[in-house]
Amino acid sequence: MAKLRQCAIYGKGGIGKSTTTQNLVAALAESGKKVMIVGCDPKADSTRLILHSKAQTTVMHLAAEAGSVEDLELEDVLSVGFGGIKCVESGGPEPGVGCAGRGVITAINFLEEEGAYDEDLDFVFYDVLGDVVCGGFAMPIRENKAQEIYIVCSGEMMAMYAANNIAKGIVKYANSGSVRLAGLICNSRNTDREDELIMALAARLGTTMIHFVPRHNVVQHAEIRRMTCVEYDPSHKQSDEYRALANKINNNTNFVIPTPIEMEELEELLMEFGIMEAEDETIVGKTAAELAAEAAAA
Amino acid sequence: MTTLSREETDALIAEVLEVYPEKAKKDRAKHLAANDVTVEQSKKCITSNRKSLPGVMTIRGCAYAGSKGVVWGPIKDMIHISHGPVGCGQYSRAGRRNYYVGTTGIDSFGTMNFTSDFQEKDIVFGGDKKLAKLIEEVEQLFPLHKGISVQSECPIGLIGDDIESVSKKGAAAIGKPIVPVRCEGFRGVSQSLGHHIANDAIRDWVLDKRDGQPCESTPYDVAIIGDYNIGGDAWATRILLEEMGLRVTAQWSGDGTIAEMMNTPKVKLNLLHCYRSMNYISRHMEEKYGIPYMEYNFFGPTKIVESCRRIAAFFDDSIKEKTEAMIARYQVMMDAIIAKYKPRLQGKKVMLYVGGLRPRHVIGAYEDLGMEVIGTGYEFAHNDDYDRTIKEMGDATLLYDDVTGFELEEFVKRLKPDMVGSGIKEKYIFQKMGIPLRQMHSWDYSGPYHGYDGFAIFARDMDIALSNPTFKNLTPPWKQVAAEEVKKAA
Repeated sequence: MAKLRQCAIYGKGGIGKSTTTQNLVAALAESGKKVMIVGCDPKADSTRLILHSKAQTTVMHLAAEAGSVEDLELEDVLSVGFGGIKCVESGGPEPGVGCAGRGVITAINFLEEEGAYDEDLDFVFYDVLGDVVCGGFAMPIRENKAQEIYIVCSGEMMAMYAANNIAKGIVKYANSGSVRLAGLICNSRNTDREDELIMALAARLGTTMIHFVPRHNVVQHAEIRRMTCVEYDPSHKQSDEYRALANKINNNTNFVIPTPIEMEELEELLMEFGIMEAEDETIVGKTAAELAAEAAAA
Repeated sequence: MTTLSREETDALIAEVLEVYPEKAKKDRAKHLAANDVTVEQSKKCITSNRKSLPGVMTIRGCAYAGSKGVVWGPIKDMIHISHGPVGCGQYSRAGRRNYYVGTTGIDSFGTMNFTSDFQEKDIVFGGDKKLAKLIEEVEQLFPLHKGISVQSECPIGLIGDDIESVSKKGAAAIGKPIVPVRCEGFRGVSQSLGHHIANDAIRDWVLDKRDGQPCESTPYDVAIIGDYNIGGDAWATRILLEEMGLRVTAQWSGDGTIAEMMNTPKVKLNLLHCYRSMNYISRHMEEKYGIPYMEYNFFGPTKIVESCRRIAAFFDDSIKEKTEAMIARYQVMMDAIIAKYKPRLQGKKVMLYVGGLRPRHVIGAYEDLGMEVIGTGYEFAHNDDYDRTIKEMGDATLLYDDVTGFELEEFVKRLKPDMVGSGIKEKYIFQKMGIPLRQMHSWDYSGPYHGYDGFAIFARDMDIALSNPTFKNLTPPWKQVAAEEVKKAA
């Protein structure tokens, strides 16, 4: 039996991590792989397309109800959905209270102690909230958790900033552990020369763009039905894109310690592709009145 | 061993520092000094109130210890909630021997531990609801309490619980003050910041609550500030002040109540004993209410007489007369104590290492017994404390700030004092070295040491430690070989 591969999906908030992860996992399951998804986001929306549910009951909410996490059994928190995919959500507090990061740590420790990572599994995917904001959200990339990190991004400036920042976070743990950057997944926003730009960014980070997922409305149609595209319309060409991504990840061996770039280098790259205008140093710190006066003088 | 010269003291410091790595040596050198009585500002010779180096075995506490353990804890009619996991409250429970009168569990709560006992889920989902529930239960179970303080443990600051809004709502619901205190342990470099935070919480949530309300007062009203009634210290202090003709209307905070605190802005003079932990609120009352404060020292007859006369000078002649009569009356008792103990204690040398007040305040009491303090240092003092220490200590004596385990041991080995005055963490190290140690935080479960009554006990305690025959019969391990050889030869 092949060794269990643990993968974490990071990326800027709203980039499509959860949708991409669930479609990709559905495609892996379809090809006969045994997969588990661990949602590491208090919103708990990482498994809804697999389970056809609004939001799965989370480890932390069950623990709070039962008194403590020690009072829970694995079957209380584990649900099985499309293709035999095992689903867990860590859960956490409402925005503005408590500590969501601690919730992720608690939930993942619980899963390990309870033996959720059984020998039959081929893959575990961690779907992690937005950016690596504190230690709790870095939990999946610490020693003995996820070894492969995939960053979902697009050709938009902020998505690329976030990707570079996440790469910085990986470096911190890569030097002391086995975590590696495994590739960028471009979830297309139909910006100009998007594939070239992400390939260029990937090269700077020392990795590759593992797949370019084009944009298609069928994904939204499937989501309305709380389904993955792969399950909703298996014959659609978009489903084939997710199958291609799944296949590439399955065969991926290109795991690197990333080489995050400085802000200036990133900005140069963005300017090269026309995403960002070159800064006009002469106007910095000038008020509208001052600029108008200068224009009048000229 | 005779007292060291300045050169010898400097050489000793240099020798002890020699074992440290370069960076640590540079840092620690700033905290060690030979006393120079000509210096007016201690910052010229010693650095204090800085972060301790990792690995040096500092014995400092944390901000929570400074707030809950020192300033707030002794307010006996309030319930002090250790907000967070159970350990901080439970392992510090009843540890400071702040005596009080009252019925514990009914109208007084000093030795009890109240905690929100945080669990994993409280960290993840926040502890606000639990705190609100705890306040409700406290009110049901202990209806005679006069208020609540919420003492934040570390996680409260990390997860950002809004204890202020819970306190406000709770206070409105039960009709009693609830004081949120942001004394998370990770804040600051020692318990000292906890004192400051606790003082600020008193200022913001307690002190002005009876402003403008009538209060029966006399021209002789004073408050005792910064006496924690360790072993009954504040009571021994109170006796003197009352015999002087003053009316003590508040004790901060040993055997104190929240009502006393609220009425303190009506006193004529604040008497400040522990400057380090309560100078902040004393200054505030001076600025806002125009109440002057006066530092005093009630350890040993010399300092007591000096302090009483200075306090009396603030009041009219009737107080001055009563003070002189009191001094004369007690002088007989003091002379008898000194006549009894001085012959046995004369010339004995002491090294001190205590908290924020006693390293300078007890020097006079030792000197009254003919003893000499040859080294002293503070755990968490600031430079204004050292300013006040320089004049109390002999020239070229050793000063050590936030001393490390290694340094203190080496200094004691070299200076060979007859006794050490420090805490429980030092006690058995030095006693195993064959040097008597008296705990100067807890009075070694004795006390009081303040006032005339306290001096009698202080003198007796120093005598039983120094005259204890045990230490002469004890051969430390490093002398055992030599002792056996002597035995064989004989």
